[in-house]
Amino acid sequence: MAQTQSKKPVQRRLSGVNEFSINIGTENGSGSQTANLTILRAIFKMGVPVSGKNIFPSNIQGLPTWYKIRVSQSGYGGRRKEADIVVAMNPKTFTADQGDLVKGGLFLYADDIKDPIERDDMILVAMPVKKLVKEAKPHRDLRKFVANMIYVGVLANLLGIEMEPIKAALDYHFKGKESPVEFNIKMIERAYQWAEENLDLEIPYKIEPRDLTGNAILVDGNTAAGLGTIYGGMHFVSWYPITPATSLPEAILEYAPKLRLDPETGKSTYVIIQAEDELAAIGMCVGAGWAGLRAMTATSGPGLSLMAEYASLAYLSEIPIVIWVVQRVGPSTGLPTRTAQGDINLAYYLGQGDTKHIMLIPGNVKECFEFGWKALDLAEKYQTAVFCLSDLDLGKNQWMTEPFEYPDTPIERGKILWEEDLEKIKDEWGRYRDLDGDFIPYRTVPGNIHPKGAYFARGTGHDEFANYSEHPEVWRKNLDRIKNKIDSSKADIPEPVITKIREAKNGIIAFGSMDAALVEALDYLKADGVKLNYLRLRSLPASDQVLDFIRSHEKVYVLENNRDGQMHGILSLELPEKAQDMISIAMLDGLPINAEWIREAVLNEETD
Amino acid sequence: MTGKGKKINDIGLSREDYKGKPSTLCLGCGHNAIVGQIISACHELNILPESLIKVSGIGCSSKAPTYFMDRSFGFNGLHGRMPSLATGALFADTSLIGIGVSGDGDTASIGMGQFKHVTRRNLPMLYIVANNGVYGLTKGQFSATAEQGLALKKQGQNRYVPVDIVWEAIAGRASFVARSFSGDPQQLKALIMAGLHHKGIAVIDVISPCVTFNNHDDSYHSYAWGKSHEVALHELSFVPPVQAIKVQYAEGETINVPLYDGTHILLKKLAHDYEPTNRAGALEMLEEANNRNELITGLIYINPKQSTLFDLYDLPDIALNRLPAEKLRPSPESLAEINQIMY
Repeated sequence: MAQTQSKKPVQRRLSGVNEFSINIGTENGSGSQTANLTILRAIFKMGVPVSGKNIFPSNIQGLPTWYKIRVSQSGYGGRRKEADIVVAMNPKTFTADQGDLVKGGLFLYADDIKDPIERDDMILVAMPVKKLVKEAKPHRDLRKFVANMIYVGVLANLLGIEMEPIKAALDYHFKGKESPVEFNIKMIERAYQWAEENLDLEIPYKIEPRDLTGNAILVDGNTAAGLGTIYGGMHFVSWYPITPATSLPEAILEYAPKLRLDPETGKSTYVIIQAEDELAAIGMCVGAGWAGLRAMTATSGPGLSLMAEYASLAYLSEIPIVIWVVQRVGPSTGLPTRTAQGDINLAYYLGQGDTKHIMLIPGNVKECFEFGWKALDLAEKYQTAVFCLSDLDLGKNQWMTEPFEYPDTPIERGKILWEEDLEKIKDEWGRYRDLDGDFIPYRTVPGNIHPKGAYFARGTGHDEFANYSEHPEVWRKNLDRIKNKIDSSKADIPEPVITKIREAKNGIIAFGSMDAALVEALDYLKADGVKLNYLRLRSLPASDQVLDFIRSHEKVYVLENNRDGQMHGILSLELPEKAQDMISIAMLDGLPINAEWIREAVLNEETD
Repeated sequence: MTGKGKKINDIGLSREDYKGKPSTLCLGCGHNAIVGQIISACHELNILPESLIKVSGIGCSSKAPTYFMDRSFGFNGLHGRMPSLATGALFADTSLIGIGVSGDGDTASIGMGQFKHVTRRNLPMLYIVANNGVYGLTKGQFSATAEQGLALKKQGQNRYVPVDIVWEAIAGRASFVARSFSGDPQQLKALIMAGLHHKGIAVIDVISPCVTFNNHDDSYHSYAWGKSHEVALHELSFVPPVQAIKVQYAEGETINVPLYDGTHILLKKLAHDYEPTNRAGALEMLEEANNRNELITGLIYINPKQSTLFDLYDLPDIALNRLPAEKLRPSPESLAEINQIMY
């Protein structure tokens, strides 16, 4: 969809006290993340809702990187198209960074950058970064890093960020190590003092302490998913490093040693292993899942492609595993450090043959935690691969969210038979026999020494007793049962979240990280006179609730962060009779979709 | 005792109790001989079939687990990726005995990566490669272990130099590496028994002729070539703990390798004066034998003390897959603490 001109201007009530965005342009590897997170956390500590997005390159050091902070007491967490405040620390992007600023916005820059100022409508602040750093006499190796503390100090002064929460943020960041905290604080205070003595500006942007963050937490989706997995009772994680999924298993590496030692014996109740590649990562999970371990792996598009064959095996041989997919931009290596929702089709149908998997799609970090534990239950209950689709925006960025909720259902191990269960079972047990008429067979796991317990798992055709079979009827019957089994999960997988407004005839469907920007866009659209009911899809296969929503609206937009409208395609196949009333709103450029773009795209369709 | 099949072992099982489905491999296939020796070894070692898992990849070799030990759990997985399957599965209950059966295509071509990593991690399991130098199920293509110049019916001459699985296993830091020949059942059985008692990965490269596609007398992987070129490093016997006390080690003529569990491997010197505990020496010996056009068989390298993958994890005494659910979920209080620090 092409960019369209606004039919009506967006109401500018988004710039002012506790309501603005900051765009900070720095160089990758210069330690700017410490400075950015300090600002973010300090504002959060002052009780003002805030979120942060890291727009980073696929690089260790030297390339441009940006950090976008959205302060919003109305609670909007999506990316803003423009920034009210720009901090320009990187000469390489100095000109482009000016372009991101709203009219009359605040432009802070390092005064050693000699490139021309191209706009005359900006409030300019030239920060004497080099001079202030030199005066502080930091160790030579630290010069580059502490330079970023200058803009923290200047912003603190201009916006009214208090020193106490800044100190708390640095304490948290450096895990209480005194000397870096002290030095950075000194640097910030020096810059604060410089601003106090030299700047006298009238700006509308201010942080005023509020009580709006309550018991909210500030966290990224990958950490949330890792913790959810730990509380879900995982036994086994195998993984291979890939951006942007890596921080998910790394969260498990950080937290599991504290949370998952047996209090009686001190022994580890889980295993985490870095595999040689994604082929092995999922292979280990399938082995573990077969043998009765709750197994999980995490990857992104390229790794997911490599996992296809084992996913197909898990589907056919009915092995529980969980695969977290933190999506980035494809095809191919694509944009490894940018966000997308482009692997919906790949994940949903992963594997050769008629595979179709259970897919959970968290829409915020709290759900990353919740689906983290739920996915393990569903995988074991339905004895299959369960995919959790996250993305870089959700997984790697800092979001404000309600605190994690302790699982409200006990760990579900599904139909596992141990020795004593086999003694009790009345009908003749066969690994793939549907004894209960619910399409889900009973399984045994290695280590069960009952003489009737063992079976031979395979990726080839098999009968109800797991014996090799090429018989046409046996094949068809088994595959039909598996299809019915997956479909029956609709009753269990997370139901959609529906938000209705009065007199809305049309609806919009979105999922995953689209939620933040869409909620904001719907407010704009309401002001524009466009009323839409909103269904946030949280799982596949699509339940009756989802299909009823589509049926009950004249037009339904399907919003997603990819080029081709993959979810639009899946839903159109589910409901071909309504396919012509479903309109794809899809776009992919590597950046999180913003509310302004969604508003324009919808307006464009509504007035056609 | 009324016959071989009726012999009852110490846990009350006959050889029949270790059998699998009837083999569907070709008559005379070397792999059938391997299957037979696995059955005999497990029977003689009094292994409870239910305490063992058998895993494989894809290919003729990988069908083998169907033909032995029906009472054991089995998983016929993906081509070249049996090692990862075994890794995940054996963590579930580290008391399980693992037998993996792979082939030369499955291990030395598509599975080379996983093979090298499973040896490097020293996963405790017996890893048998049924090596015939040829692809059987796809009907007669060269495998990566086929010798340079080998002529096959449809393929013409092999252009490439072969992969030596034993060499790769030693370089990959496997802790037990042997080569055998499916035409030498006694040695093969002794190696399987020793491998099953080894703490760590035991790789046995078994030259196992393909009677259908690669059994010409001049082919490295044929019965005739094996029989006329085999040079056994030693006369090898596996000594269970009860017998160990009785065996007299004649000084200078035998090498005694004690395994971790009180069993021993007894190596009686033959053609070579060879110590299998030196990694560099093993590679040197292989290279020399190769130059002499010999098929060296026997225990080529062993380190009974190398730490295994499981040694690196502090796992509970109870199998992970039997841990009660309440041991798996941290407390609500711990989550409250996490919520406090998330910012």
